[in-house]
Amino acid sequence: MGFLDIDNVTKAYGAVEVLHQVDIAVEEGEFLVLVGPSGCGKSTLLNMIAGLEGITSGDIRIKDRVINNVHPSQRNIAMVFQSYALYPNMTVGQNITFGLEMHGTPKPEREKAMAEVAKLLQIEDLLKRKPGQLSGGQRQRVAMGRALVRNPDVFLFDEPLSNLDAKLRVDMRTEIKKLHQKLGTTIVYVTHDQIEAMTLSTRIAVMYNGYVQQLGTPKEIYDNPSNLFVATFMGSPAMNVMRVRLEERNGALHAVTTGAEGQEIALRIENAPAGYAAYKDREVILGIRPEAITDPEGADRNARNIQALSNTVSVTEPAGADTFVTMTLAGKDCISRMRADAEVHPGQPFDFAVNMDKAVLFDPETEERII
Amino acid sequence: MAAASTENAIRSSSFSRVLIYLVLLLFALFYLLPFGIMLVNSLKPLSEITGGNMIALPREWTIEPWLSAWSTAQIGVQPTGLRPYFINSIVMAVPAVLLSTIFGALNGYVLTKWHFPGATIIFGLLLFSCFIPFQIVLIPMARILGILDIAGTTGGLVLVHFVYGVGFTTLYFRNYYAAFPTELVRAAQIDGAGFFQIFYRILLPSSGPIIAVSFIWQFTNIWNDFLFGASFASGGSAPMTVALNNLVNSSTGVREYNVHFAGAIMAAAPTLLVYIVAGRYFVRGLMAGSVKG
Ligand SMILES: Nc1ncnc2c1ncn2[C@@H]1O[C@H](COP(=O)(O)OP(=O)(O)OP(=O)(O)O)[C@@H](O)[C@H]1O
Ligand SMILES: [Mg+2]
Repeated sequence: MGFLDIDNVTKAYGAVEVLHQVDIAVEEGEFLVLVGPSGCGKSTLLNMIAGLEGITSGDIRIKDRVINNVHPSQRNIAMVFQSYALYPNMTVGQNITFGLEMHGTPKPEREKAMAEVAKLLQIEDLLKRKPGQLSGGQRQRVAMGRALVRNPDVFLFDEPLSNLDAKLRVDMRTEIKKLHQKLGTTIVYVTHDQIEAMTLSTRIAVMYNGYVQQLGTPKEIYDNPSNLFVATFMGSPAMNVMRVRLEERNGALHAVTTGAEGQEIALRIENAPAGYAAYKDREVILGIRPEAITDPEGADRNARNIQALSNTVSVTEPAGADTFVTMTLAGKDCISRMRADAEVHPGQPFDFAVNMDKAVLFDPETEERII
Repeated sequence: MAAASTENAIRSSSFSRVLIYLVLLLFALFYLLPFGIMLVNSLKPLSEITGGNMIALPREWTIEPWLSAWSTAQIGVQPTGLRPYFINSIVMAVPAVLLSTIFGALNGYVLTKWHFPGATIIFGLLLFSCFIPFQIVLIPMARILGILDIAGTTGGLVLVHFVYGVGFTTLYFRNYYAAFPTELVRAAQIDGAGFFQIFYRILLPSSGPIIAVSFIWQFTNIWNDFLFGASFASGGSAPMTVALNNLVNSSTGVREYNVHFAGAIMAAAPTLLVYIVAGRYFVRGLMAGSVKG
């Protein structure tokens, strides 16, 4: 039993089911991020929690109270919209206190609550202005103020940062995180930006096609993706995936593929999970993150199984702190992430070090993780 | 648009500016000419008009024709002047304009923000009502007014104009509110505002331009309507347009053209006034609709 329970919830528009049996239990104080590509049903799920969309089947509970048929204003939730949805004809102050007014809070209390929130968000100077006279970042703050002032059980955010420019987005991201740490509120946050998801969340639900593909901490999602979609969706640059053959050599399983010149490359797998045996002498999909492929000096010292890989470098892209090096593996580009001062030159052969502890395998048909 | 033309004017040389103003002035004079002639002749004694000079300024200024048209002229058989009919028109137009605007706004709000099954069909039917010619509804309308027992009264005319106008006002408000962000309505719902509170506190304050459009459109149409007035209002309850016709067509005695001119100006004055007061908003509202909707 969580603080916010999404229990076997589905959503259908007519005959089309857009959300299938979503099951998430959110603990008090958690920061849950719903992430996924456009059209996967994130907003729909959030709107169902808010009460703006009906629930086709299943239950949503807040503090053990089923709220399926409770009016949005009675659910004790607050929502920050992508467009901020500030009332254009009201001042910032009136925007913030409108909800309290509608709930019949007396004026002195409203003023007090508004003053507190304004102080917290540093928007005291803006209270007399209209939303049209604010910058994007200020509007964002006001929208959060309007949510905070009601002191709700659950905060809902629908892509609140997507209308801001890149720098402001990073600043506001930090600010939201600080706010969460300070207030300890329960938050459900929708985004399609996987970096936002990783940095903000205590847990992530990766969604695709109306299914929750995986629910876990950012680290679990990143290191142990449960299927190929999650593996490639989370992380930037994306995880390298390639078709390899699993073969047994000298009593150990190897992932066998070809390099840039058609040479055979065999990467030994140690401590193979039980499931690998069934895939012996078959094709599988090998997934390996760019940072698990480095130059030998830059390899993780705590890794137990570093495999050497000799291949020709095709492109190097210095990016300040790191250098991204591309090679051809199994006929496709494979990106590795190296220290900035690694000695790599395009067109030259290079000895890559592959941290096979971090490699994951997927079934080529079902695209599920092999364990 | 206004901003763009000012900018152009600033850039262009003073010669071409003079030219532009000259042309504009000419057009303005051309359009004002009929009105000017009406005004001039309404301030002359009848003998000067029948004497043959309609263009010249009065040799002898008089407001007698105005007083006559207002309170003593023969309308049909009664020498009442236009005053009672002017009042009839106001009593008819004001409630009809208000009612059709209020209901149009509510319809637009519901059609765009509260989806219900069949909404598109209902809007389609309302839209269809805009394209039905007046003549087709005359007989059914007469029957309904008869059933309601308000045939031949000003109240009956209010109903006729309200029903006929609500299709137009719904169209205006629906298009305007379609561009109004639905997220605002959702935010207000979460904030705990009810159906009418959302309408009154969130939508209406942003509806100024479209309300002006609805007011002007409805007022001009209702005030200027002749067919419904002539068909459904009899004798003492006739509106201004019908009374003006009766004044001009009164067959007794000489034709008092100066009185007719004064009466015609009186009949046109309220719509002119509405344009002068709310015209800016009218253009702005039409622009808003065309850009966003
Ligand atoms: N009223 C509706 N009728 C039919 N289908 C709908 C309706 N609203 C949404 N959908 C469908 O539901 C699916 C999920 O939509 P949703 O808005 O939740 O996506 P999302 O994950 O928020 O995407 P985005 O990142 O683009 O906002 C989409 O495939 C969409 O086409
Ligand atoms: Mg969305």
